[in-house]
Amino acid sequence: MSTNPESPASPPEQSDHGSGGSGLRPVDPNVLLSLRGISKHFGAVQALRYVDLDIPAGKVTALIGDNGAGKSTLIKAVAGIYEPTAGHIYWKGEEVHIHQPRAASDLGIATVYQDLALCDNLDVVQNMFLGQEETKWGLLDEIQMELTTLKTLSDLSVSTLKSPRQLIGSLSGGQRQSVAVARAVMHESQLVIMDEPTAALGVSQTEQVLGLIRTLAARGIAVLVISHNLNDVFSVADRIAVMYLGNLVSEGPIENYDTSSAVDLITTGSSGRVTSNANPK
Amino acid sequence: MSKESLSATRSASSLVGQIRRLWQGDIGLLPIMIGLLALVIYFELRSSVFLSAGNLTNLFIQSTIFILLGMAEIWLLLLGDIDLSIGYAAGLSAAIAVILVSPSYQWSWFIAIPLALLTTTVIGAISGFLAIRFKLPSFIVTLAGQIGLQGALLYVINSQNTGGAITVQEKVLYDLVNGNLTPLATWLFVAAMVVGMSFFMFRSARRRRASGLEAKPMWVTLMKIGITAAAGILMAVLFNTNRSSFVTLRGMPFAVLIDLAVLAAGTFILTKTKTGRYIYAIGGNVEAARRSGVNVNRYRLLAFMLAGFTAGIAGLLYASRLNGISTGIEGGTYVLYAVAAAVIGGTSLFGGRGKMIHAVIGGLVIATIDNGMALINMSASTQYIATAFVLLAAVIVDSLARRGSTVSG
Repeated sequence: MSTNPESPASPPEQSDHGSGGSGLRPVDPNVLLSLRGISKHFGAVQALRYVDLDIPAGKVTALIGDNGAGKSTLIKAVAGIYEPTAGHIYWKGEEVHIHQPRAASDLGIATVYQDLALCDNLDVVQNMFLGQEETKWGLLDEIQMELTTLKTLSDLSVSTLKSPRQLIGSLSGGQRQSVAVARAVMHESQLVIMDEPTAALGVSQTEQVLGLIRTLAARGIAVLVISHNLNDVFSVADRIAVMYLGNLVSEGPIENYDTSSAVDLITTGSSGRVTSNANPK
Repeated sequence: MSKESLSATRSASSLVGQIRRLWQGDIGLLPIMIGLLALVIYFELRSSVFLSAGNLTNLFIQSTIFILLGMAEIWLLLLGDIDLSIGYAAGLSAAIAVILVSPSYQWSWFIAIPLALLTTTVIGAISGFLAIRFKLPSFIVTLAGQIGLQGALLYVINSQNTGGAITVQEKVLYDLVNGNLTPLATWLFVAAMVVGMSFFMFRSARRRRASGLEAKPMWVTLMKIGITAAAGILMAVLFNTNRSSFVTLRGMPFAVLIDLAVLAAGTFILTKTKTGRYIYAIGGNVEAARRSGVNVNRYRLLAFMLAGFTAGIAGLLYASRLNGISTGIEGGTYVLYAVAAAVIGGTSLFGGRGKMIHAVIGGLVIATIDNGMALINMSASTQYIATAFVLLAAVIVDSLARRGSTVSG
């Protein structure tokens, strides 16, 4: 595994791909999610090339990169929507195979998509429990669900909702994002993935969501955020991972980066100003 | 937000704010009920016979086909789909039941009626399967169904060689619409209904308060019970008034009872079960439902089957009222009136919004127009134009009223 910041990651020399096989960076069992050599192609298009990434619990990892760099594809591979064509995924040190979204959520991975996947015609409680309603004697247990919703929202300090029975369609973008995140968190998720959470939000709503992200990390949840917005990234992230044309070109604590080096990495895949791109601390 | 601060916010808000919030869930019903009232007043002024026991009971019975077909259609409208075949499916259900109990076959109603309902349910399942499996628009699949079922109905009726119409010659089938509860039973029914509703509403409110949740203010619950009780008493008095000049004819018609039963069952499924919840979700955002793990195909198929079943009931009552089924039945027109009934009542054509009670109110509106216009001898052309006007007015008002809807019922 090359440690030269100039060249993109290259495939391991040996073809032996056993778990933790030689040529791949060793997997630390204390890290929540580790990706090693993840590749994905769609026909002739190579969307991901040998991506190595560590996502530790309790920290916010920002995944940045230009359009088409492979960020969404990587997210979907972790969320179980795509299956990688090569590579290994390790959860707490053990190799896992995530073939479908259910498998991901069973592990404790929750994904908040860019379009939020909320139903405008249902209220907050109904959306929070969509697909996993609580029932009593076969019928919907509205009281239990409402209580759990209130508790989850209050734990996350979401204070802008007037009532858990408001229709989603009547909420602002930031409130909808908060509900989507709360839903992800409600089921004891350990990793929350968010795809462009602040893309469509105004200033105060963005602050709301960034606050939510910090709260999640403070609770020991691993947060992986895709974002175009470097301001948000430098405001909330503990670690950065940069993707360029399907490769993960740089990864490390936020202190190692600044706006200029980040932009360099995004646009060219390399930067003279970054000290190292491998072996996160 | 903590529960305490939420409660504090709620009770601190003004009475006006509370009223507005409560109404916003149901405001769609208010304009159309006012419209219905206006129609009733208008017709009573033009023809003093309108509000007679006989005429009103007749009106309720005439509305049955629109109400039941409307409720059948709502299962699909909620998904954002439509079923154009339920008119002729209802006709087919009627034909099957009437023929099987007729002297030629003499099957018991106990078997004939379930068989008829099973047929329409299966027809619904087939439409649903085709639409889902081949990803076809439900409009096209059910349009094909409508045309095909019209042919099937013609075939079945003509196979009896009775000149294009078959008559009801069996008591149970006849009684579905023409029979009624005794006056005493009518009062008992109304009482049971009011007591039952009160019990459930109070219990639900008590449970919510016991869990620390905000429940609707007591005066709202009492008002709802009061309105229901008043409606029930009015209906009981109406139906118990002798409505025939030849013999004594009193009591709530079975047709009304059946309408209420279907209304109750449908509303129960939609509000208290996962099936109902998922139907609303699919109509609101099918992708969101899918990603949340909802088996979209299963619930769409279920909705088609529920629509078919309800249409079957509609057909039986229709045959009972007309004392038979003829090849002249306008299944296509009835479907459109069914959709109109649902939409007049407030159901959205785009999915995700609607309740079973909408079909009841819409059906009553359509029947009122038909009935009233016939009483004042308005020409058919005026009837059509008036119905069209009411339909338009209803959806415009509904659209304007709902623009600010922010709270679920």
